[in-house]
Amino acid sequence: MLKLPIYLDNNATTPMDPRVLEAMTPYFLEHYGNSASRNHPFGWEAEEAVDYAREQVAKLIGADPKEIIFTSGATEGDNLGIKGIYEMYASKGNHIITATTEHKAVLDTCKHIEKLGGEVTYLQVQPDGLIDLKALEAAIKPTTILIAIMYANNEIGVVMPMPEISAIARKHGVLLFTDGTQAVGKIPVDVNKDGIDLMAFTAHKIYGPKGVGALYVRRKNPRVKVTAQIDGGGHERGMRSGTLNVPGIVGFGKACELCMLDMVEDTKRISKMRDHLQIELLKLEEAYVNGSSEHRLPHVANISFKHVEGEGLLMGFNKNIALSSGSACTSASLEPSYVLKALGLGDDLAHSSLRFGLGRFTTDEQIEYTIKAISETVLKLREMSPLWEMYKEGIDLSTIEWAAH
Amino acid sequence: MAYSEKVIDHYQNPKNVGTLDKSAKNVGTGLVGAPECGDVMRLQIQVDDAGMITDAKFKTFGCGSAIASSSLATEWLKGKSVDEALKIDNMDIVEELNLPPVKIHCSVLAEDAIKSAINDYRVKNGLEEIKFEESIVH
Repeated sequence: MLKLPIYLDNNATTPMDPRVLEAMTPYFLEHYGNSASRNHPFGWEAEEAVDYAREQVAKLIGADPKEIIFTSGATEGDNLGIKGIYEMYASKGNHIITATTEHKAVLDTCKHIEKLGGEVTYLQVQPDGLIDLKALEAAIKPTTILIAIMYANNEIGVVMPMPEISAIARKHGVLLFTDGTQAVGKIPVDVNKDGIDLMAFTAHKIYGPKGVGALYVRRKNPRVKVTAQIDGGGHERGMRSGTLNVPGIVGFGKACELCMLDMVEDTKRISKMRDHLQIELLKLEEAYVNGSSEHRLPHVANISFKHVEGEGLLMGFNKNIALSSGSACTSASLEPSYVLKALGLGDDLAHSSLRFGLGRFTTDEQIEYTIKAISETVLKLREMSPLWEMYKEGIDLSTIEWAAH
Repeated sequence: MAYSEKVIDHYQNPKNVGTLDKSAKNVGTGLVGAPECGDVMRLQIQVDDAGMITDAKFKTFGCGSAIASSSLATEWLKGKSVDEALKIDNMDIVEELNLPPVKIHCSVLAEDAIKSAINDYRVKNGLEEIKFEESIVH
């Protein structure tokens, strides 16, 4: 029996893997020590658990355990990575290069740095969502200290060419920070092969708990340092103070280990379902995939259904299917997704998009249900869409003078 | 965000979806909103010789609240005289559908669509266009 509602918003967060919860439980009730307590067994076992988790996390991304700084999540990692570099390397320069399709945690951190007197270049992306490498290189100046480009995009799943980006960064002696939140655990990420100097990521996108993440900070070739943004007891090699979230970290470690074990199998199964979903939904007229289909995460599809509005579309099935829309009509701003607009999508297409994020626990049956429910809703809403009627009559919608509201 | 039951009902069973002959002299058409704002409403009225609205149809591109607002508007329009229809206020729609503040613009759009349809009808029939005050809530 198909159980409703169906969860297809795995880019927002993932359910915990029961194996992760199992690993965490003892660290709430029995091994509740503070990993910084050096004088008794409670502290020792907590420290041991953290050390083990640090190895599990490091292994997933090809790093050394000493290069892992535990944080509260990717937003904190983004803040620590970017602000920490800006402060630490102030004598070298004050210029940062990023892209317009970054997550808000990166964009707003960059805006904060601008207020502090830093200079930020926001690169436009190409229509497929990928960065233009020539434009990236051209943006580098003598004062550039950091390039901050995400590994994979949260809305469209497009995967950036990290080795090519890091080659450019290296050539000019600029550090490379990446927000790896959507990519780590889903596709092979190796900080050395990819040439990454700093990377923020989080547990709750990879079937681990919320409230714990990590910042990878390179220790060799070059040795990178960040200025702490949270001061206190000097935990995490002085880069992030605060008592460690031991159960969370244990869960994060376990989640990373499972991703390593299951990645090949998971990817094979999930991408097959994603492709099937996409093929079936594209059978609807005027349906388009947003962003590169070639350089894309295996579990993500962002599709626009022209002439129906995203929020109205979601309402047709959101009791039964959890999905996200690129139309932020729920906020007072009425602004469609800035990521989709950055791809050059017209407002009509940007307002008409759905983001599908499949996951480890998605089933074929759920995908079949989703295909049917969405196809029916799109057809129903088009029947009541004046834009669809005009399109069918051959009217060019761009020639109409809309009474903008 | 949770929708009110009335919004859900109009969304699931919209009243008076359709198209009237926009070239007919006794039909007034209002097309308001813009695709880039995420909502476009087309509302049409059919008026008899006595100035009574005998039929009303809509098509809407937009969220559930926009669809519900226009569906409700067509229900209210039918059987009213054109003069009575002019008195429909967006806040009546807000109240009936329990629209939250972020969705008030949907009701404003519906009111604008009604007025625009009436003006289209008036112009077609040699009457003067009514100048409306700008809506306060946008």
